[in-house]
Amino acid sequence: MRVTFPHMGNLWLGLKTALRELGHEVIVPPKPSKRTLTLGSQYSPEFACLPLKINLGCFLEAIEKGADTIIMAGGVGPCRFGYYGAVQKRILEDLGYNVDFLIFDPPQGRWKEFINDLKRVGNGKPVYKIFSALLFGIKKLEVMDELEKLGHKIKAREINKGDTMHILEKTLHRLDDASSYKEIKKTKKEAIEELLSVPRKNIDPIRVAVTGEIFVVLEPFVNMEVENELGKMDVEVERTLYITDWVKEHLVPSLRGIRKHKLLEEMAKPYLSHFVGGDGQLSVASAVIYARKGFQGMVHLMPFTCMPEIIAQSILPRVSKDLSFPVLTLVFDEHTGKAGVLTRLEAFVDLLRRKREVVKV
Amino acid sequence: MKGYIGVDVGSVTTKVVVIDEEGNPLGKPVYIRTQGQPIRAIQQGIAMVKEDLPRNIEIRGAGTTGSARYLAGVMIGADVIRNEITAHAVAALRFNPDVNTIIEIGGQDSKIIILRNGLVVDFAMNTVCAAGTGSFLDRQAERLGIPIEEFGALALKAKTPVRIAGRCTVFAESDMIHKQQMGFSVEDIVAGLCEALVRNYLSNVAKGKKILPPIVFQGGVAANIGIKYAFQRALGCEVLVPPYHHVMGAIGAGLLAMEEMRDGKRSRFRGFEVAEMNFETSSFECKGCSNRCEIVEIKSNGRILARWGDRCGKWEVVER
Repeated sequence: MRVTFPHMGNLWLGLKTALRELGHEVIVPPKPSKRTLTLGSQYSPEFACLPLKINLGCFLEAIEKGADTIIMAGGVGPCRFGYYGAVQKRILEDLGYNVDFLIFDPPQGRWKEFINDLKRVGNGKPVYKIFSALLFGIKKLEVMDELEKLGHKIKAREINKGDTMHILEKTLHRLDDASSYKEIKKTKKEAIEELLSVPRKNIDPIRVAVTGEIFVVLEPFVNMEVENELGKMDVEVERTLYITDWVKEHLVPSLRGIRKHKLLEEMAKPYLSHFVGGDGQLSVASAVIYARKGFQGMVHLMPFTCMPEIIAQSILPRVSKDLSFPVLTLVFDEHTGKAGVLTRLEAFVDLLRRKREVVKV
Repeated sequence: MKGYIGVDVGSVTTKVVVIDEEGNPLGKPVYIRTQGQPIRAIQQGIAMVKEDLPRNIEIRGAGTTGSARYLAGVMIGADVIRNEITAHAVAALRFNPDVNTIIEIGGQDSKIIILRNGLVVDFAMNTVCAAGTGSFLDRQAERLGIPIEEFGALALKAKTPVRIAGRCTVFAESDMIHKQQMGFSVEDIVAGLCEALVRNYLSNVAKGKKILPPIVFQGGVAANIGIKYAFQRALGCEVLVPPYHHVMGAIGAGLLAMEEMRDGKRSRFRGFEVAEMNFETSSFECKGCSNRCEIVEIKSNGRILARWGDRCGKWEVVER
């Protein structure tokens, strides 16, 4: 069984680690690129959103490299993502590929299949082994998330633009190679030291929250490097969702997760009082939270035709007006014109700077 | 005599202007078609603007804006490279410090900029289906055989404007053809088109933003009097078109350059010789890592002036 899965930011690091621990041969698809996008959108229904197209492109590239089994998340609820696994399976079948699909939906009555799929991933290993493999993978992701958070602070201040990114990229590969908790810890420590030694300017940067639909937020190729571009403009970014939040929420429900969710619901409530699928509620709640935290603005990212985020987008102007908190929504699809994104980001940052200057005076 | 040069390179048109220290154009502003060849257009624009300038002009700063601002910036040696939203706002404020709303419609982009007390507080640019207004008008004028300059005035002669589907230009065009075949007059169709474009702008670009007067209308399309009147009807108040409405982006870039050079720095401007220099661009895919960035490089006489497009900075060269 040569397993593969779609890309979503650094997700590959955790999944690869866990699956390798369980004794699978793992084929990580090449990072999403122009080619992934071309392949993916060529065989996808046009009005599907970008995640489907990129995922499909990833699968096609992984199959080229010999993958025969695909792991894909499912879901229920208003977001279409839930049935993408099934659609992708049909598309690949129609293209004549013979691959197995393991789609992890919330079981909802089809326990037998669910357990069967889980057993296949477990590769005959006992349950505790499966868990320890997963936890080991999650640990790496957690470390990477932490380093990225620190990285965002450094990026806004670094003198030689790109220093932080180099360190993070290098660390990512070192974490991939790490085979024990001890090694992970060591890598983390060294990375923090390196990050802290990056030459920095002594400035008080503009702070911007980045939120929106999880796939577009987490996958830099898809969002045209929004976070890096903001960093280049000396803006400190705080992402509102990280991969470990998502993994934990979906795999290991915890008290902290539930509490966090309650808080989000509460914050969004005056504007959006119920779940609309995907991350729509989170986007609205984030505006409230980050306005209160004293951030200067928020960038809201969404794939074209994304229903939950369209709802959020139509509500955000009100939140923005009430709290005097500028929000910029950027919509992504398979076009690759980065100039438009940069123009909007730059103008937005100009706006925030001028606004802050005036407030200071 | 001191001057500041501003270059605005858009997808459809290229604008070059030299302003004095009051922000007023010296000589005649240049407004030409980019025709998909920004390098040629920039050089041509620079050569043309020079013709009309006083002999003793000394360029103290240079700024670029528009979608090809980085390319233009490297070519001319700009002191400041800024986005077109900021440039348009700066220019509008210079001519009307009280402005509260800027409507800007160019060849490919339309934008709305909301200002309060001389400060940009909100803006929006067309996203999916409000693009290409200027280009669309061009094409329709050509299809109907009417010079673009007369297109707007024709709309004013209409008795009963026809309703045209304005949601998207593909539908708008087939709807126009349909109305033509039904026998409506050209005037009524053109007037209907103006109203449809305004309706589309207000619902897709301005989308719920509070449009308060004074309203300034700039960009190439502001020359179209039919659209101006359609805006006034839809908004119920006066819409001002500034005298240099078509080159406001370039004026803004010049003003930003002036601001940048206030403390007496030396300008990086390469001079009007830029018009005769030899520029070439090429691109390649970097295979250094899995990002596979597309690197663009611009050379002059075999010397690399700049490269961009890489995530990591490996190829970055900026020659001043």
